[in-house]
Amino acid sequence: MSLAWVLTLGAFLFSVGVYGVLARKNAVLVLMSIELMLNSVNINLIAFNAWFRDSAAVGQIFALFIITVAAAEVGVGLAIVLLVFRNRKTINVDEVDLLKW
Amino acid sequence: MLAQTTFSLSSVNVHAVLPEIIITAALIGVLVVDLFLPDRAKSANAVISMAGVGGAAIALMSLIGTGTHRTFGGMFVLDGYAMLFKFLFLAVAAILIFMSVTYLNEVVRNIQGEFYFLLLTALLGMLVMPSARDLIALFIALETVTVPGFIIAGFKKHDNSSNEAAVKFFLFGVLSSAVMLFGMALIYGVTKSTNLYEIARVLSTKQYPIPIHHADSVVFASILLIIVGFGFKVSAVPFHFWAPDTYEGSPVPVAAFLSVASKAAGFAGLMQITFVAFGSHSSVWAPGFAILAALTMTVGNVIALQQKNIVRLLAYSSIGQAGYILIPLAVVANKSSAIQKEAFAAALTYILIYSFMQLGAFAVVIAVGRKHPDNLISDYEGLAFREPGLAFAMLFFLLSLAGMIPTAGFWAKFFVFRSAIGAGTLWLAAVMVANTLIGLYYYLSVGAKMYLREPKERGPIAVPYALVAAIVLMVIIVAAVTVYPDFFNHFSPRSTLVAF
Repeated sequence: MSLAWVLTLGAFLFSVGVYGVLARKNAVLVLMSIELMLNSVNINLIAFNAWFRDSAAVGQIFALFIITVAAAEVGVGLAIVLLVFRNRKTINVDEVDLLKW
Repeated sequence: MLAQTTFSLSSVNVHAVLPEIIITAALIGVLVVDLFLPDRAKSANAVISMAGVGGAAIALMSLIGTGTHRTFGGMFVLDGYAMLFKFLFLAVAAILIFMSVTYLNEVVRNIQGEFYFLLLTALLGMLVMPSARDLIALFIALETVTVPGFIIAGFKKHDNSSNEAAVKFFLFGVLSSAVMLFGMALIYGVTKSTNLYEIARVLSTKQYPIPIHHADSVVFASILLIIVGFGFKVSAVPFHFWAPDTYEGSPVPVAAFLSVASKAAGFAGLMQITFVAFGSHSSVWAPGFAILAALTMTVGNVIALQQKNIVRLLAYSSIGQAGYILIPLAVVANKSSAIQKEAFAAALTYILIYSFMQLGAFAVVIAVGRKHPDNLISDYEGLAFREPGLAFAMLFFLLSLAGMIPTAGFWAKFFVFRSAIGAGTLWLAAVMVANTLIGLYYYLSVGAKMYLREPKERGPIAVPYALVAAIVLMVIIVAAVTVYPDFFNHFSPRSTLVAF
């Protein structure tokens, strides 16, 4: 399979993620969109790693680190979303608008 | 130099990472000891944290003059540049602990142990940041600074604006990381390496491991994405939206942390990536920084004019100040090494001076916030009649932030201005002067309110000793730079990040 196909998939997923972050109102869906962006990066890294036949496996190691950090970020993010839900009974990011300008 | 394929513990230079090890020990110590502390004794965690910071500072001092250390297969480098930033971060962390002790005791009480744990974790990330010479290490360091930041921004659990601060900071922070990572993945795809020096070698010689079409445009996209990612971290316009809301909503010591420590760490990482890895492509990123710098200065200062809340004012002022720091990075394209060196030193000096004057202003805000928790600018009316010392300290920090002659802030701006003139980027120097004048207006109007208006409320504001100590310390530091402007400028040429 050509590298270009995999990179296109990565770029497409990244774009879907960006769209989701901008357009979604539900905080959990925004979180999922960010995950999509991070996973598109992982796909790119693994594809490059395979393409290079990198004996040091730098791309794979990088992807592992991203997976770990993404898990930590989601942990923190869901906790924050939960906190907001407890205090406001909503997780709509458009309604979280106490602070402006 | 390729990443090592074999790795053994004995190959790690333990002395070089000793400050990080001590901070790690201290943060685990805080986490464990906190379990056994009764609620009224929670501030003992501050003592452990201070001991950790002090120990790390001693360990770092023992490394002075021992030359450059490389360890973890070249991922972690301790040189003059890293040393300078590490001392700054340790000093900032110590002052932040002083600033937070009473605030935490009064506002958050029983969960303050976690605050110190998270602060130390962020400090660990900040210490690793200037040493990280590998994209993976840079990414991990950046996340170690940012993720604890998300949590402490929302530390007032039952306060809606604190929740909101955390949500906004989290969404923007994670989004920027994802964008930056996409850029990092692309650069790995071009150079087959994540080591900054190896990337620099491949990019400057154009000997790509596997030849590809349009390598230059891929590199261009990658630089763009990485700069956008870091732009969020240093709150450069147009990636600044989260900053004022997050600063206003989060506890004030956290706002101080975000506007000084986390921003300086962002700049440290940004300078490593641009000057080391993309040094040969400065004609690509420098014009980008020029636009960012002009926008950041102008938007930050103009919006600061209409603020009613002092924390928001400082937030926009900190955005404006970030714009000044970006100027030296914007003028280095295709310039002689002397000009590049001067610009690099100017940026470093500005970061150092800015950190202390901004922290000082925030320390005064914490002090006044004890009586006036809404942090409105109108609360400062007549402060000079109620708390002359506090008002004087605030005026001093504000004048310095404004860049009045002959304060420390003036010298910081002067070095930056000189680097812009020296490089011949006159339009940027002109934008800078215009913005300094706008800045002068809003900083001085706060000063005028303190000294010329009658106070609405009478009575002194009891300032706790730890806070007094922090404010006095920062007045001394800023005054020292005022009197002896080469104080910080003297250190910055010792940073050996790039051999120009």
